[in-house]
Amino acid sequence: MKLTPTPGQTVGPFFGYALPYPGGEALVDRSHPGAVRLHGTVYDGDGGPVPDALLEIWQPDELGAISQQPGSLHRDGYTFTGWGRAAVDGVGHYSFTTLEPGSTGSEVAPYVLVTIFARGLMDRLFTRAYLPADPATLERDPLLSSVPAERRHTMLATREPDGSLRFDIHFQGEDETVFLTYPNTPQFTGPVD
Amino acid sequence: MAEKNTDPDAAVLSQAEIDAEIAAIHAEYRAQRDAGGPVETNARLNFAPYRSSLLRHPTKSLHHADPEDIELHSPAFGHRDVSALESDLTIQHNGEPIGERIIVTGRVLDGEGRAVAGQLVEMWQANAAGRYMHKRDQHPAPLDPNFTGVGRTLTGPNGEYSFTTIKPAPYPWKNHNNAWRSAHIHFSLFGTDFTQRIVTQMYFPGDPIFALDPIYQSITDQAARDRLVATYDHSVSQHEWNTGYRWDIVLSGSNRTWAEQEEEH
Repeated sequence: MKLTPTPGQTVGPFFGYALPYPGGEALVDRSHPGAVRLHGTVYDGDGGPVPDALLEIWQPDELGAISQQPGSLHRDGYTFTGWGRAAVDGVGHYSFTTLEPGSTGSEVAPYVLVTIFARGLMDRLFTRAYLPADPATLERDPLLSSVPAERRHTMLATREPDGSLRFDIHFQGEDETVFLTYPNTPQFTGPVD
Repeated sequence: MAEKNTDPDAAVLSQAEIDAEIAAIHAEYRAQRDAGGPVETNARLNFAPYRSSLLRHPTKSLHHADPEDIELHSPAFGHRDVSALESDLTIQHNGEPIGERIIVTGRVLDGEGRAVAGQLVEMWQANAAGRYMHKRDQHPAPLDPNFTGVGRTLTGPNGEYSFTTIKPAPYPWKNHNNAWRSAHIHFSLFGTDFTQRIVTQMYFPGDPIFALDPIYQSITDQAARDRLVATYDHSVSQHEWNTGYRWDIVLSGSNRTWAEQEEEH
């Protein structure tokens, strides 16, 4: 049996009292020895910050293992569930505390899967935030190597002087983020360049 | 041609101007489809009648990715995450909320028709006066101290879910002058693969605002729009208690092989 999927609709402006929850942005405690901050700003087509976006991240642990443990909504402080949710603040900035993911395959460069929702964004967008790595590792990655060279940087997190990982998202413009589509997951954007 | 006003709250256009933009896009879509073009099953991201999409839609084609391990899995949720009481939005305060008590129920299925069991369903909505319990909603309609408008549940073994709530009202917004949203409930769902993640809105049958609502009309295909509309189901209504609506949700097809799915059951 093949069914046609139900369409998505925008998360709208009023998700703030419904979807974010205490601890959603902290996949691990800041005191965890492997804790790293993953943060950035969401920008619109004028280069202005988007103050009403919501991000979710989903990732393996440091060894590349995918958690199937419940408890993301009520964290116990010890179990790494691999999933988190954070709304941006009034200047479009989001911040997660998490672990740096390991690779899930021999040729696969480590990354955090990122999903973006926002007022004005009719359907969720997926992208991957790749960890900084040596060029050979990034070149080998099956997805990164399929992305035009001049756009690859939009999927690379950068290391800040304080050790945090910076990953900005641009809906449009020169640095428009590479957003992903998957087989079996139709998405119609409307006219594109 | 004049520059488009990209302020989402400018409210400068009339309903007639928005209607004409929607009609033009829909007519173009129908012509393409009738000429053998693809049937669009989702909302368009680039849909100018929804003003706040102008600066927030990708301008380049989405990049094709072969899903990898993390994308073929979803986070797990359980009773640690969600209490059974969270599916009843009418019992969250000391008194009964005002409005028409309804039950919204249905099943969550994947594209192959398989039930999505034990997964998280979240929903949120305006109250019976069309007001959200959100500080940015300042339109002059009353808040209800007995209604927050947020629910969560886990799907049952057959993918079933059920929420007891109050029927939300339409509400005004600033997309254009005298703009009103069709009454709706926001839904957020997870599947077995993270690529099936979806946030959407459920509507009520026969809403007179459908034709005027650019968010609903951002889905260019009528059959696809209809998939967001619940049906009134008298078997869900209960004697002297509630009316009932049924809405099944189909996630996109799983990218896992059938054998991989079965291993987890």
